[in-house]
Amino acid sequence: MNPNAYLISDITKAQQKPTRDGYGEGLVWAGEKNKNVVVLCADLTESTRSLTFQKKFPERFVEMGVAEQNMASVAAGMALAGKIPFISSYAVFSPGRNNEQIRTTIAYNEANVKIAGAHAGISVGPDGATHQALEDIGLMRMLPGLTVVVPCDAEEAKKATAAAAEIMGPVYLRFGREKTAVITTPNTPFKIGQAEVFKNGKDAVIFASGSLVHNALLAALQLEQEKISVAIINIHTIKPLDKDTILKYAYEMKAVVSVEEHQIYGGLGGAIAELLAQELPTPMEFIGVHDSFGESGTPAELIEKFGMGVESIKKAVKKVIHRK
Amino acid sequence: MHETKLKQLELKANQIRQDIIAMLVEAGSGHSAGPLGMADIFTALYFHILKHDPQYPEWPGRDRLILSNGHICPVRYVAMAHAGYFPIEELKTLRRLGSRLQGHPHRQSLPGLETTSGPLGSGLSQAAGMALALKMDNLSNRVYCAMSDGEHDAGQTWEAVMFAAKYKLNNLTGIVDRNNIQIDGYTEDIMPLDDLKNKYESFNWHVLEIDGHNIRQFVEACTQAEVVHEKPTVIIARTIPGKGIDFMENKFEWHGKPPNKEEAQIALRELRTLQGQIEASHID
Repeated sequence: MNPNAYLISDITKAQQKPTRDGYGEGLVWAGEKNKNVVVLCADLTESTRSLTFQKKFPERFVEMGVAEQNMASVAAGMALAGKIPFISSYAVFSPGRNNEQIRTTIAYNEANVKIAGAHAGISVGPDGATHQALEDIGLMRMLPGLTVVVPCDAEEAKKATAAAAEIMGPVYLRFGREKTAVITTPNTPFKIGQAEVFKNGKDAVIFASGSLVHNALLAALQLEQEKISVAIINIHTIKPLDKDTILKYAYEMKAVVSVEEHQIYGGLGGAIAELLAQELPTPMEFIGVHDSFGESGTPAELIEKFGMGVESIKKAVKKVIHRK
Repeated sequence: MHETKLKQLELKANQIRQDIIAMLVEAGSGHSAGPLGMADIFTALYFHILKHDPQYPEWPGRDRLILSNGHICPVRYVAMAHAGYFPIEELKTLRRLGSRLQGHPHRQSLPGLETTSGPLGSGLSQAAGMALALKMDNLSNRVYCAMSDGEHDAGQTWEAVMFAAKYKLNNLTGIVDRNNIQIDGYTEDIMPLDDLKNKYESFNWHVLEIDGHNIRQFVEACTQAEVVHEKPTVIIARTIPGKGIDFMENKFEWHGKPPNKEEAQIALRELRTLQGQIEASHID
């Protein structure tokens, strides 16, 4: 556990903070560092945490109203005129409603726009399925030229936001609504495209992204009691995938589980399966939403009901080990 | 504008129409009606209005021209070639594999395009974004956005219209190719747009209506737009789709197809006759 000291000392006693807070802090940090950073928001300034940036740099904040398509293309125009725009809305609307604009005016155009999808995943909770983005990672990773990052906690979210501002090219950043465990520390390194080993193991490897990394770690700790040793790798960058790390651990463990708060089709699981099928066919189980829409409920209830809880993860690990 | 200059521009527009026909027949695919309809405006832009440098397409001091209805790129490509952005010979490569002249403009393929376009309704948003960024930096460059009338069916166009008015983007000038046609037929049958002037005015833009084939009117409209300070301006240019070629004028069927060899020969003959008429015309 924690071979590189990337994690806090006791992950069962983690602070709780939403990843969107990390985004808000990261925006201010990026804005202080580079005066060309501008922030656009589609009438969701407070809930996407763009508000802090707005208060600090009002002349660099652009309120777009409920117009996500315009927001994407306006950002493209601003990027082509030398700005570094971050656009924020709920992930169901952006990407989603503005998928074509992102495709053409940002990706194909190679415009330096950073897309922040807030309230992603089923843990959005009571708002229900219309507001629970489960396909956004798939949409974004299929676009040529997009970098796709799914931070595991608020600390990583802040670093990811700052890193996005520094690289050239379109980036998709995914954040959740709920308070989730802060498991990394300010000293944990963060590099786009570089997976992090949070736990070593022998019997199976879990590749996880987003706040469910915490559930994966809890599952691994509990499985240790049953003498099952599982490695946990944080794949915060879905595109470009850290192929070397994934292949190394798939080769050593010979049993893979992917964990994400997303459809099992098209997201992290899909990306890993594509890689393994080509390079190293390996038994694999998928934790995520199994081809359905979400519904209203509390975040905890929904995570359990839709198969992403600790017990579901443990079951998947045992199942895949059996298939070795 | 002096009569001599006007006559030069009219001759240039005629040459550009000829090269549009030559380019399309060579490519065997592409759009005819729109490019021919906008030849006069594009001539005025590239040869009189725009601050630009064909030898230095990224010159920071340049005005920006965004072509939102990217399918009419043949007129832009031809105007750019005549202005010296690339050799006229290269016009033959339109839509071919490996060509810099992509079927719909691709920013990275050809210096001077400003942005990629094709899907309707995104150009004004991008133009407004550029205009806002320039304003934030206190720069005086002007942004022009050429649009089709048909793309005013798209909601995003009106999102951009609202946005430009909110930010009082007076450094933004829209140009609508009001040719009354779209793919399936006449705009007023497909999705009625009239009264477009009233619509833009109620969205807080300054509106000018002109004959899109009268270069003097277009130049005067552009000049007027530069002194409107509280609003963006849109120039609604009434044009004839396929202008200059008798068998194409006003026929929506010519929106998306190129002339074949025989049709091109007839078209070029007509344009050359027109050229003679312009050359012979008196200066009042």
